[in-house]
Amino acid sequence: MSVSTCPSRPAEDSDLENRDAQQGDVRELDATDRAIVLATQAGLPLVPDPWGAVGREVGMSGEEVLERIQAMQACGVIRRVAAVPNHYRLGYVANGMTVWNVDDAHIERLGRQVAAIQSVSHCYRRPRHLPHWPYNLFAMLHGRSRDEVERQAEELRERLGDACRGHRILYSSRILKKTGLRLAAAPSNTQRRG
Amino acid sequence: MTLDDLDGVDRRLLNRLQDGLPLVARPYAAVAEELGIAEGDLLNRLERLREGGILSRFGPMYHAERLGGGLTLAALAVPESDFERVSEAVNAFPEVAHNYRREHELNMWFVLATETPSRIKEVIEEVEEATGLPVYNMPKEEEFHVRLHLPV
Repeated sequence: MSVSTCPSRPAEDSDLENRDAQQGDVRELDATDRAIVLATQAGLPLVPDPWGAVGREVGMSGEEVLERIQAMQACGVIRRVAAVPNHYRLGYVANGMTVWNVDDAHIERLGRQVAAIQSVSHCYRRPRHLPHWPYNLFAMLHGRSRDEVERQAEELRERLGDACRGHRILYSSRILKKTGLRLAAAPSNTQRRG
Repeated sequence: MTLDDLDGVDRRLLNRLQDGLPLVARPYAAVAEELGIAEGDLLNRLERLREGGILSRFGPMYHAERLGGGLTLAALAVPESDFERVSEAVNAFPEVAHNYRREHELNMWFVLATETPSRIKEVIEEVEEATGLPVYNMPKEEEFHVRLHLPV
């Protein structure tokens, strides 16, 4: 696979944030798009004309960079161009991965409802690993204390009601590594080996 | 730099920019106008927040799978006595983007990001080989929501 496609996904797709985007243009990422990704994945320049600054790096006009970034955001390759705060520095010292054992018959509806709760930053359905791991719904919560996270979790528990057969809160106690996502400089058809 | 170093304008700026930069010709000027400050002031503040570590990053947030890559969450149950060795072994993989210690029998949780989806399975086998432990692979089956917003 030498290019990735901007996917036109099926109607049942539930990615809330990108629902609008799916109605936008379908667009394939070409070498120029990839050059823009590589030039911006560590961050956007903090200058009055950031698109022009990126353009000088990759050899095109600022207008073209802006158009391509708009297109990538419209189709969901870019979620948004935004500030990502350091949780701990902002005082959000309690970061809990809540995991829920939710009846498969209701997880579609309930997953969407849980995801709509303000305190939930990420919400996914993931596979169970029975008998050790019965949890199939994951929701990340962030609070200034564990009490705050537990109050947030209580709201989720109420929303899930009888369809939930158990839950846990897994607090992070140490960051072991955080380098974030990095695309290699090589094109995507080159696999990296260990 | 901590929360106490932020004034009211910094806080409004942080809250505003977690929602996303407008994709217009002079994006910082547009946000500065919304907040009633000068473009240069906004850029200085943003620089300071980034340098001071209040921001982990500022820029486009890419969607790994839509870039053609593979992504998964995986967990290990690591014996306490072996935690440091396993942690080093796991972190040594360039495909490991994040790794957290969590309070549970499954006490190590890491995100694998690979150039291609097919590479995920191979890396998991390599992690099992390097650590001697079974990996619990928990790829997302459905994404209901991704939108980190921490009000300050």
